[in-house]
Amino acid sequence: MPILSTENLNAGYGRTVILENVNIRLAPGQILTLIGPNGAGKSTLLATIAGRLDPLGGTVFLKNEELSTIPPARTAKTLAVMTTERQDPELMTCREVVSLGRYPYTGRLGITGPRDREIIEETMALTEITDLADRDFTKLSDGQRQRVLLARAICQDPEVLILDEPSSFLDIRHKLELLGILKDLVRRKNIAVLMALHEIDLAQKFSDFVLCVAGGKIDRAGKPDEILTESYIRTLYGMTRGCYLPESGSVELPAPEGSPSVFVIGGGGSGIPVYRALAREGRAFYAGILHESDLDFPVARALATEVVGAEAWESFSEERIEYAKALMETCTGYICTLESFGTMNRGNEELKACAESLGLRDLSADYMRPYSET
Amino acid sequence: MNKKLRYLTTYTVLIALLLLLSGINVVSGSISIPAEELFAVLFGGQADSTYAQIILGIRIPRILAAVFLGGALSLSGYLLQTFFANPIAGPFVLGISQGAKLVVALTLILTLRHGQIPGSPALILAAFAGSLISTGFILLISRRTRKMSLLVICGIMIGYICSAVTDFVITFASDSDIVNLHSWSLGSFSGTTMANARFFVPIVTAALLLAFLLSKPISAYLLGEASAASMGVDIPRFRLCLILLSSLLSACVTAFAGPVSFVGIAVPHLIKKLFGTARPLVIIPATFLGGALFCLLCDLIARTLFMPTELSISTVTAFFGAPVVIAIMLGRQKR
Repeated sequence: MPILSTENLNAGYGRTVILENVNIRLAPGQILTLIGPNGAGKSTLLATIAGRLDPLGGTVFLKNEELSTIPPARTAKTLAVMTTERQDPELMTCREVVSLGRYPYTGRLGITGPRDREIIEETMALTEITDLADRDFTKLSDGQRQRVLLARAICQDPEVLILDEPSSFLDIRHKLELLGILKDLVRRKNIAVLMALHEIDLAQKFSDFVLCVAGGKIDRAGKPDEILTESYIRTLYGMTRGCYLPESGSVELPAPEGSPSVFVIGGGGSGIPVYRALAREGRAFYAGILHESDLDFPVARALATEVVGAEAWESFSEERIEYAKALMETCTGYICTLESFGTMNRGNEELKACAESLGLRDLSADYMRPYSET
Repeated sequence: MNKKLRYLTTYTVLIALLLLLSGINVVSGSISIPAEELFAVLFGGQADSTYAQIILGIRIPRILAAVFLGGALSLSGYLLQTFFANPIAGPFVLGISQGAKLVVALTLILTLRHGQIPGSPALILAAFAGSLISTGFILLISRRTRKMSLLVICGIMIGYICSAVTDFVITFASDSDIVNLHSWSLGSFSGTTMANARFFVPIVTAALLLAFLLSKPISAYLLGEASAASMGVDIPRFRLCLILLSSLLSACVTAFAGPVSFVGIAVPHLIKKLFGTARPLVIIPATFLGGALFCLLCDLIARTLFMPTELSISTVTAFFGAPVVIAIMLGRQKR
């Protein structure tokens, strides 16, 4: 049974609908991530689901109750929001900030009882901020600050947690720490999480489900690996240059234009740095012969003018080798990143010999020498 | 526990200082009163001597005004700072005091022309109406900008406009009571009577209690509006309460003492630094106490520094308050 769901929800500001017909179902313990370009309406949707904006049509259900009919004080016991608006509350310690999370449970004057204090200390331990407890909140680094704000939201003891780009502005270590802590908390406390993320590579790894927001609607929804294909990411974000490779989670430059003058013989991951170096220089190249299962293959496909590919787990066919030789004849140089050859890629050894007999310049040294030797 | 001790000592010191300053205020002035005469009047029931008239008719009402109106002003500033999330918001810089002053001046002139002297309730109502008009303008502006400096500049301009209209009206009012009006429009605790105190003491006390009951939502609001909303604060209702309370408080002050500058900004800031916390539960009563203390001190200086000439209270509060504002602005620059 979903704990949070929406039915034909329209979200927007004033009378302007930004997102139409949103249907979400979120079960306890699941992480659902919204991705999509800036301005697509991710924050608007989150604000509407959190009850900060009124729906412009449709309904939000929290535990099968219509959200708009639940008094805010009761909603706060089920649904917490980790806000990312920048605030500098002066003279507040981290413990005081975290304590505010007990707001829905404390009395008229907001004084915390022994049980509240227990929960506060426990939450601070889980979010690894116990040693920051008495520090001034405004003097924290961004990473620490986000963990304190997460602890505040967790202190509310919610069943649903909403986060709007919690990891933007953090460095890689703090991104991973924050999302790692979040993931552990979700599993431990069986919290349902709805969040927007900027980083598709992280969304891919931390989410159970992904919703793609674009063009005024939920464009696609499903498991991250079904959704986040290279071509779909390209259309979702309207990318015109370069690409995102979901297999490795890497971002690649656009392939160099012009007619290729170099042939790169690679394989097993050894070609990747050379492809990238050529792409940086804007020098067009051919890559081959690569098995379709090779680590180099996706990167070569993204960056090379043409990749001579071959069926996985098979030796290269004569036809592929001849085709590669034909491409090689149009080049003036070659690079071989392989030091030895096995039965499966014997064809590449033949190709290297062919390059030498064609009199192509061996550029390997230029692209493979470590920086300290240049 | 360490913190609780700090709160307790600071409170004790503030209350002791308040009593001490009240004592000094009672006995000193153009006529100084010997201690034994003071006790004779307070506890001996000698209500008809000259001393008794000075103490009960002039000095004690004036002390009540400084304590309650000073506290009200400081609390009003604190509430406005919370509302606008702006450390230099206050009834004076946002033009709220001047708005109240304008409507009170108009009311005074109109009623004096008909040979009547308006009572305290009428004055409070007029000041409240004036406060709300200025507040309304500020709210309209605050919708269009979140920049703290811009908001304050607009407030100061509204204040100037209101003051200009007030001066204009006073210049052309042809009444003998204009002298009174003039000194009131500069701000002063002089001339407060026990009858006035009977109005402002209960109103200010009630507002203080209500503000104290708002401690919890105010604490949530410190983290921003979205946070507060997510914790279950009914934001529109809360904002309405804040704005009505702060307007009522500053209206009360303006009705009886005229516009008084800087107390609303300087005192809450000093109090937070003194207590080392921003917890509303601790800070709200302390802000009130601090405002009372600050105004008692400033009034003492205003009365006695150039005896028998009295300074306007704003002259003194500005002298101490303005440097604090500069310090706040520079302190924030550093971050």
